[in-house]
Order: sequence, then C-alpha cells, then structure tokens
Amino acid sequence: MDLLNAFIALSNYVLIPGIAYGSQLALGALGVTLVYGILRFSNFAHGDTMAMGTMATILVTWLFQSMGLSLGFLPTALLALPFGIAFAILLLLGTDKVVYKFYREQKAKPVILVIVSLGVTFIYNGITRFIIGADDQNFLDGQRFIMSARDFKEITGLKEGLAFKTTQGITIVTAIIVVVLLFWFLNKTRAGKSMRAYSDNEDLALLSGINPERVVMITWMIVAALATIAGTLYGLDKSFKPFTYFQLLLPIFAAAIVGGLGSPVGAIAGGFVIAFSEVTITYAWKKVLGYVMPEGLEPDGLVQLMSTDYKFAVSFVILLIVLLIKPTGLFKGKSV
Amino acid sequence: MTQTVKNTILFAIIALMIIYTGFEQSWNSALLIIAMGLISSIMALGVNLQWGFAGLFNVGIMGFVALGGLAAVLVSMKPTEGAWTTGGFAIVGALLLGAATVVAAVMLMKRMAPGMARTLAVIAVLVIGFFVFRAVLDPAVEAVEAISPAKTGYLGGLGLPVLISWPVGGLFAAGAAWLIGKTALGLRSDYLAIATLGIAEIIIAVLKNEDWLSRGVKNVIGLPRPVPYEIDLQNDPSFVERAAGFGFDPVEASTLWVKLLYIALFATVLIILLWMSQRALHSPWGRMLRAIRDNEVAAEAMGKDVTARHLQVFILGSAICGIAGAMMTTMDSQLTPGTYQPLRFTFLIWVMVIVGGSGNNFGAILGGFLIWFLWVQVEPMGLWLMNLITAGMADTSALKQHLIESAAHMRLLTMGMVLLLVLRFSPRGLIPER
Repeated sequence: MDLLNAFIALSNYVLIPGIAYGSQLALGALGVTLVYGILRFSNFAHGDTMAMGTMATILVTWLFQSMGLSLGFLPTALLALPFGIAFAILLLLGTDKVVYKFYREQKAKPVILVIVSLGVTFIYNGITRFIIGADDQNFLDGQRFIMSARDFKEITGLKEGLAFKTTQGITIVTAIIVVVLLFWFLNKTRAGKSMRAYSDNEDLALLSGINPERVVMITWMIVAALATIAGTLYGLDKSFKPFTYFQLLLPIFAAAIVGGLGSPVGAIAGGFVIAFSEVTITYAWKKVLGYVMPEGLEPDGLVQLMSTDYKFAVSFVILLIVLLIKPTGLFKGKSV
Repeated sequence: MTQTVKNTILFAIIALMIIYTGFEQSWNSALLIIAMGLISSIMALGVNLQWGFAGLFNVGIMGFVALGGLAAVLVSMKPTEGAWTTGGFAIVGALLLGAATVVAAVMLMKRMAPGMARTLAVIAVLVIGFFVFRAVLDPAVEAVEAISPAKTGYLGGLGLPVLISWPVGGLFAAGAAWLIGKTALGLRSDYLAIATLGIAEIIIAVLKNEDWLSRGVKNVIGLPRPVPYEIDLQNDPSFVERAAGFGFDPVEASTLWVKLLYIALFATVLIILLWMSQRALHSPWGRMLRAIRDNEVAAEAMGKDVTARHLQVFILGSAICGIAGAMMTTMDSQLTPGTYQPLRFTFLIWVMVIVGGSGNNFGAILGGFLIWFLWVQVEPMGLWLMNLITAGMADTSALKQHLIESAAHMRLLTMGMVLLLVLRFSPRGLIPER
C-alpha cells in the first residue's frame, strides 16, 4: 500500500484535469442557463458561439505574436481575450437584432426558437470554418508547465510525478474570478437584479418598469463573454477545432440540466458533476489501484470502465438519469 | 391558381432542373440526384411525421439513419467463418447479461422502499453486473476481432437478401426511439431535442469503435446488391445489344440501368410510405395528433393520452428514417461510420421539411428533392463564385487560395441561411399544410 503515491497519481490524472475541464464546462453551462432563464429557449448555437469567440481570440493572438507582443510565461491569448469577447458581444447582439428579436416580439413557441438557433449554429459554424478552416489550430505559447512531472519528482522524491499545466492553472483561476464577478453582478447590481427579476416573473418585472430589451441586451453581452472565455480556455487546454465545439454542446447541456436549467449555481455544480464522471469513468485505474491494493491483488488489466471514445455516452447517461428521476435538476431549475 | 396547379408547377420546376443537369453535366449525376432525392424525401417524410403532425423536435436523425445502415450490414453480409463459435455467442451472452443487469436495477428501484438500502442495492447490482459483463465481453471481442482483421475481424451478418434489411433498419431505429421517447417525452420540448442529439452522437461512437459489430472505422465494403452488377451487364450480350439499339455504349448503359433499378425500388418504398402517411394524416389518429400539437392542454382535457401519442409518432417517424438509412447504405454498398455528420444527416433533413412545408407530406417530398439538388449543386456554384471573386487576384495570393479552399464550407452557410430565411418570411413552407 502506498497511499501517497496513489493520491499523487489520482491528482495527476483525475483531479486536476477534472477540475480544469469542469471549470470549462461550468462556464459554458452558465451561458446556456442564462439564455434559458432570460430568453426562455435552449440555445443550440452556444457551442458555435464559443467557437466564434475563440476564433477571434486566436486571430488576435496570431497578430500579437507576429508583432512580438507577449505576456512572458503566460499565453498571449489572455491578452487577446478582451478582443475576442468584444467580437462575440457584437456578434451576439447583431444576431439578436437580425434573428431572435423577431420571434421574441411574435411570442413564438420556445421550440421555434430552438430550431432558429440550430440555423444560427450552422451559419456560425460555416463562418468559422470559412475563416479559420476545419482543422486543429494551436495558439498556445508561454511556459507549458507551472510544475512538470519531473520537477515534482525531484523536489519530493516520490515515484509518481504531478504535472500542473499552465493552462490548467489559468483555467481554474479565471473560472473563479469570472464566477465571483458574475454572482456579484447578479446579486448586487441594479442590472443584475433586474435580470433575476425578469427571469423569475416576466410580467411582474415588466410592471415594475424593467426594460426587457435592456435585460436581453445585457444577457447576450454576459453570455458572449462567458462563451468566449470558456472556449478560449478549452482551446488553450486541449486544442481548437470547430467541430469539437459543436460536440461540446452535449456535455454543456447535460451540465446545465443536471444542475437545473435556469439556475447559475446549478450550472457550476452540473459542470463539475459531468466533468468528474467523464474523467473517472474513462480513466484507466490500473496505476492508482496498483498502489492502493495489497500486494498480489493488483489488477492485470487497465481497469478502464469505458474507452475515452464514449465520453459523450457518460454525459448522456447522466442526463437520462436526471430526466428520469429529477427533471428539475439538482438545484430546482424552473422547467419540467 | 389552385393549390394543385401550384404544386404541379413546383414539382415540374424541380424535374426541369434535374433534366437540365442531365443535359449539362451527365445523366449519371442526374439519376444519382433522383435516387438520393428519393431517399432524402423518405427521411423528410419521417421527420414531417414527427414535426409536422405532432410538433416533436428530433435532432438525432443521423443516429436513426446510421442504425438503418448497421441493419444493412448485419442482415446482408456473409457470417464470418468461425466468428460465432470463437466469440459471437459469448458477446451475445454478455449483452444479455448487461441488459439483465439494467432490468434488475430497475426492478429493485421499483420494488424496494426508498432509502439508503435501496440506493446501495441498486449501485451494487450495477457495479457487479458491469464487471461481469466486461469479463465476459472483453475476451470474446478480442477473439472475434483477431480473425483476419484486415478483411473481416467482425461477426459478419446473416447472409440474407439485403432488401430484408430495410424493414429491419426501421425496427432498429424504432427501438432506439422507444428508449429516448420513454425518457424525454412528457417533459419540456427542448429535452427531447437534447436527448436525441445525444443518442445520435452515441450511436455514431458505437459504430466507430465496436469493431466486432461492423468493423468500426475500417468500414464494411462490398455489401450484396439487390440489383445486377454493371460488369455482369456489360458481359451480357443481350444487354449490350439492347443498349446499342438505343444508341448507348455498354458501359454507360449499364451504369444508367443500375441506377434506374435503384430508383424504381426507392420510388416503390416512397409511394407506399406516402400513401400510408396520407392515410394517417386524414385519419382520426392524424387529426388527434394535430389537435394535440395545436393545443396540448385542450387535447388532454378531452381525454387524449398526449405522451402515449407522442411516443407512438416519435417511434414511427424514427423508424422511417431507419428504413431510409438502410436503403442508402444498400445503394452505397458500404457502411462508413466516419461519413455520418450531423450537418448532412440531421440538419439537412430539417431544412427539407421546413422549406417544403411542415405538416404536408407532399411538401416534405418536394423539400427532399429541392434541397438535395441544392446540396449537390451549391459546392460547384460556390467554387464558381469564389473563382469569380478572386479572378482579379494573382494566382499566388494567399487570400485567393484560402478563399477557393474554403468554398466547400459554403454549404453550411447556405443551408443555415435558407432555413432562417424560410422560417422568417415563409414559415409555412412551399406547400403549406391544408
């Protein structure tokens, strides 16, 4: 038995990647849940909004790199992020004006808006591929590791290494800052309070003089920022490929529904539930069990519950279970 | 102008466009457009049943189509020699064990009183069942995949005529639809959308990764055909003579003849399904569905079982997509899981239904042909447009190269635009519901 090494191996392969991925999903799910709460439809274009924002960030990053601008050991993309967010805000406000506003004024059924958002998805997807292509793009620079596995082994003298990538650190720190800012905004500012009021009871909010168009505008701006940040962090941590962002829709929606659609706290919790389930179920436990199990009982196989190709199946099964048992989600979303 | 005249003119326009393609490009591509247009129309009929009749939003069409393709492989390919004895039965046994585990867990969930004991028991059953399942499955899969992996490495099919796979594909799709419908129907409409999106991704993942089932990304090629092979026709003196009589050379005549036979088969299926859909639309059942779609609360108050009707129509529509999927794989005579893209197999069908006119079966068919025609022709048109735009640029310019390379992505953009424009300015489609 070697619990310390087991714990290090667990952190290295499960805990840290899980937290980083969970933060990315949580930021994505927050965007979905806000659109759902205020505009009252499931926004299928969210994955491709993330892709568009990230694409803008990447293009500005390349510009900065060619100009020689950098942030030292941090990725240049962080410097480009505000530009990406600005682009995404313009994009979403423009889309709202041209596309969604019409249906809002008509009081169209939510399912019509979902179909419309599917159309928007493909337009975004087409533009993204048109501008940056359908292939993988790498835009990560700066120092790769805060702590590499080798350094860790040298410092501690343990058999297992613990690698902590810069992108993972940035993801976690950024996610905390963004979530704190968002909750401060929703709970303390006038605009945030009017958003919550509008989400809770539209008629009452209108009676008390809240301007719905302003609420919608602020929502899209926040959603754009969240989507771009989530997309950029995911792209830095893994890689940027337009189709992957479309596929991210499933875990993001699963996270939002598990937490309860329309509930920001739920979106964060849901993000981590999905991320950790995905990572633990697709991780090969051989190494960790090898340390924990008594001598002679170590497993022979990989002890991988499911191959990584089925990670979508994990979010899907969790989604089904939640729909069957508790359709309102963990944190009492507003919908059944 | 009556509705009938208008519809006839619309169909005539499409016929003219296809005939023009025949003269301008080649008759082979014109016939191919017709054959794929027929398949697309069948898929659109299925989706129309779900969306047009009942207002159900299904974004998992790709998955149901792929299940139909799987059926074609499992029914028509020859069984791999020795695969069943080395591991086939063990795999089936393992799958049954897995199913038994889930059933046991569900039974426990229903029978035992809620509480800590129930939760623990259910988890224990699932965990133990899972490990037993894997212990039986893994060696069997390995044994099957080891049988000449370059050629087979999978169980193979039943070696039956491929036409049987068409209804079987419908059954496969119906099974998957039942699973999804049972969980997601009766909740908010968006949930069905997300659940179907998920099942489609998972079905494709299974097809790509389970090599023992259908060779995964190694693809199954050379499925038996329901029509003669071109090479046999070319070696058949009487066929060559007849072709010469019409002034065709044997090679071209054989390719055209094979496509015509496929078209005849597909058209038969389409006509049967269209007749059934029309009967359904005008039956009390169809009226009930539309009543539910238009006002769920009122229909429920009248004593209609909304969720049961939704489940019924969802299964039927998905089954039609499964049939179309089996037909398509039959015509391609190969199953290539890598080519299943949501854009092509889910979104495109939606554009067909909405543009054609949701709620109208003829609209779905019109949309199927029209959008398939555009889908095939947009790429050359996009390339032509790009060449026009970049005509003034130097051949070495990076921008020019980028623009021309990206022309292929014009499809996504065009289809998205078509959908949004129709939804906004003509939401009832070309042939509106009556």
